[in-house]
Amino acid sequence: MHCRAFSIFAASLGALALGACVTINIYFPAAAAERAADRIIDEVWQLTPDSAKPKAAAPATPQ
Amino acid sequence: MVYSNWIRVALLTLCIGFVDVAAAQANLEIDTPAIAALERSMQQRHTQLAPLYGSGAVGLTRDGNIALRDANAVPLAQRAQVNALIAAENRDRAALYREIALANKHPEWESEIRATFAQRWIERAQPGWYYQNPSGAWVKK
Repeated sequence: MHCRAFSIFAASLGALALGACVTINIYFPAAAAERAADRIIDEVWQLTPDSAKPKAAAPATPQ
Repeated sequence: MVYSNWIRVALLTLCIGFVDVAAAQANLEIDTPAIAALERSMQQRHTQLAPLYGSGAVGLTRDGNIALRDANAVPLAQRAQVNALIAAENRDRAALYREIALANKHPEWESEIRATFAQRWIERAQPGWYYQNPSGAWVKK
């Protein structure tokens, strides 16, 4: 009896774990996407912080 | 005996859970040659687009594109050129959203990436620029 209850429990836990894996796989990483978007927007709109500015200005000086 | 098995299963499940969450919170891959090329192309175009955002001629749409908002703010002679700029920018943006989804091996993420960008472009726009609110009306930032 005890053993049967356990196997039912184990089976449902297994099903839950499997479901969680599937969910995680299709889950969209919203926070990571925001960070990626911000990095690209910095680059495109040249909103880069001070540390990156000298790099951007360097190619212009030789002319 | 039964309980020690149960604890083992629970711990294993927890570990797998943590690994999954850690993977999901890692950064998205954006360092590919295709994405870098699109970034450069958009960065160069931005020098021409920035004054148009500033004058309100062009605004940021709610779907992650840009659009002609006020044609009267553009001299007639330049309208064709501005329309071409907008079309080229939107092509690059569509390619960018698609390339990010592909680089992360989830092509189905494209629309969510576009939605994320739509929010972030608007959030980071300069004061005075126009953007579309969720109902599609133009709002000055």
